[in-house]
Amino acid sequence: MSHWIIAPVVLPALLAPLIAFVMRHDITLARAASFAGTLALVAIAVGLTVLAGDGGTHVYALGDWPAPFGIVLVLDRLSAMMVLLTAVLALIVQTHAAATGWDARGRHFHALFQFQLMGICGAFLTGDAFNLFVFFEVLLIASYGLMIHGGGKVRLQAGLQYVVMNLAGSTLFLFALGTIYATTGTLNIADLAVKVREIPVDDAALIRVAAMLLMIVFAIKAALFPIQFWLPATYANAPAPVAALFAIMTKVGAYAILRIHTVVFGPDVPATAGLPGTWLFPAAVATLAIGAVGVLGARRLMPMIAFSVVASMGTLMLAVAAFTPWATTAALYYLIHSTFAGAALFLMADLVVSRRPEGDRLSTAPATVQNGLFAALFFAGALAMAGMPPLSGFLGKLMILDALRDPSLIVAGWTAILAGSLLIIVGLARAGSILFWKSTAVAAHRPPEDDCEDPVRPEIRPAGPLEVAPTMAAIAALALLSIFAGPVTDYLEAASVQLFQPDDYIAAVLGPQKGE
Amino acid sequence: MELVVASAVGVLTAGGVYLILRLRAFPVILGLALLSYAVNVFLFATGRLAINAPPVLQKYGEATYTDPLPQALVLTAIVISFGMTAVLVMIALGAFIEAGDDQINMTETDEDEPAGKDAAA
Repeated sequence: MSHWIIAPVVLPALLAPLIAFVMRHDITLARAASFAGTLALVAIAVGLTVLAGDGGTHVYALGDWPAPFGIVLVLDRLSAMMVLLTAVLALIVQTHAAATGWDARGRHFHALFQFQLMGICGAFLTGDAFNLFVFFEVLLIASYGLMIHGGGKVRLQAGLQYVVMNLAGSTLFLFALGTIYATTGTLNIADLAVKVREIPVDDAALIRVAAMLLMIVFAIKAALFPIQFWLPATYANAPAPVAALFAIMTKVGAYAILRIHTVVFGPDVPATAGLPGTWLFPAAVATLAIGAVGVLGARRLMPMIAFSVVASMGTLMLAVAAFTPWATTAALYYLIHSTFAGAALFLMADLVVSRRPEGDRLSTAPATVQNGLFAALFFAGALAMAGMPPLSGFLGKLMILDALRDPSLIVAGWTAILAGSLLIIVGLARAGSILFWKSTAVAAHRPPEDDCEDPVRPEIRPAGPLEVAPTMAAIAALALLSIFAGPVTDYLEAASVQLFQPDDYIAAVLGPQKGE
Repeated sequence: MELVVASAVGVLTAGGVYLILRLRAFPVILGLALLSYAVNVFLFATGRLAINAPPVLQKYGEATYTDPLPQALVLTAIVISFGMTAVLVMIALGAFIEAGDDQINMTETDEDEPAGKDAAA
């Protein structure tokens, strides 16, 4: 039993109150501590990924209570990969927030940031359904604080909607857990997997209700149709680095569906046979359609990127809904990709929007400083998000298309992905040409003394290397994901094969005799 | 007993759902509070309703006890929903003070307030 498994939860949990209480008046100290913490988290996550790479399922029993009675953390390839993804993304986002000064615009940014990391890592590692709820609440309550960081009328109103939405979701989560406990008498995921498989089909009504309730809860997090409407308003009005960090929050929902609806309510379970996929697939198609149309119709840059995130969640869930190992491999590859692509676009948008007098409105305005650099960054991010080569979005979509060859899925799946990609390309190309291309023409026609009409306008500062570096790092991550697609896919394939063999998971958590 | 608990959960949930569909923040917060009461009672009932039974085994072999786990779950859920409601009230107050009204839905801000405005300032 390796104690490092709990480190991704304990480290931010200890660091956050320390930052909040001891370093609250010294932003430099808070930045240093938080940065060191995130760096350590990356190191731990790399170590855990190596540990999980041996193919075993590592179990950490909290308080050394044996599994169905105590809470366990479970580290396998999937959870290790998700923790690593979180840590790397957090490092990128945090550098951006510190370099652009976002973290100093309100109080306790770094403390909330660490609590957020604690919740996300915990949600990925836990092997207990109620503990999953608790970690969801931890990450949500930190996200409420981050969402309204910096304040402002619109942001607070959007934050209120976000909180209400998620509180209603939490209530639903508790109802689902209550139903599951009443039916099976356990909340440990491995134990649930055993108990749910024993339920005869005739008595399955309650557990089917619980499975679908849980799916709705996770679908709220993953922004799936018909409960995707909170995402554009939230992401568009959150501080840009926070929106970039939230790119991983939708993936928490996707991860939870992958974990619970394969291990517990998997395709081989008689009581809920095929139920999750049946509902997930049409929802994913609708989500993709809404996201693509939203990208095309958005009149501001931030909502447009938010809609592209919705579309990428639709694409991701299409692959998840197939519930086969190969489709899950494709889904996981696309998950990593869309996390970095969404983050890159939000970070890039922050650099541009903060320098435009027009804000993020998609209208022609004189070009800002470093127009060429920002245009190149947007181009790279848009290529990734739309799924064009050479970045990893292309490979991810190709894998998903390949995985959806089943005759019942191919028509809707391929149409949605291909048509959706086309709409997203058109939308992003339109936004890019308005923001970066037409703006150069406007600047040429306008005499420089026009600036005098607006004397209060502050001097626009070009972005320093440290401010651009995080965006570039996110894009570099996408390029690396594309270059090392072979080894990454091998790892992900092993992870999804492991996920679809719940017997190993059950045996590791409950002891070998139960896993037979 | 079962009838009373079940209808309590049902009535609380119905009231909560009705209230969270209102347009102003105050009824919505009350609705969420009602929903969390409903779910707490519901969770409590998931361990089966046993009257006058302690939540521990009394003696070996004498199996008259009530399931202690839902009680622990309810306690956690109460603490979390209490904290969440407090946060929600604070955010709602902030939004009310900034915006001047407690409407939940946002007005179309396309024309007057681009999101990057505060960032540029």
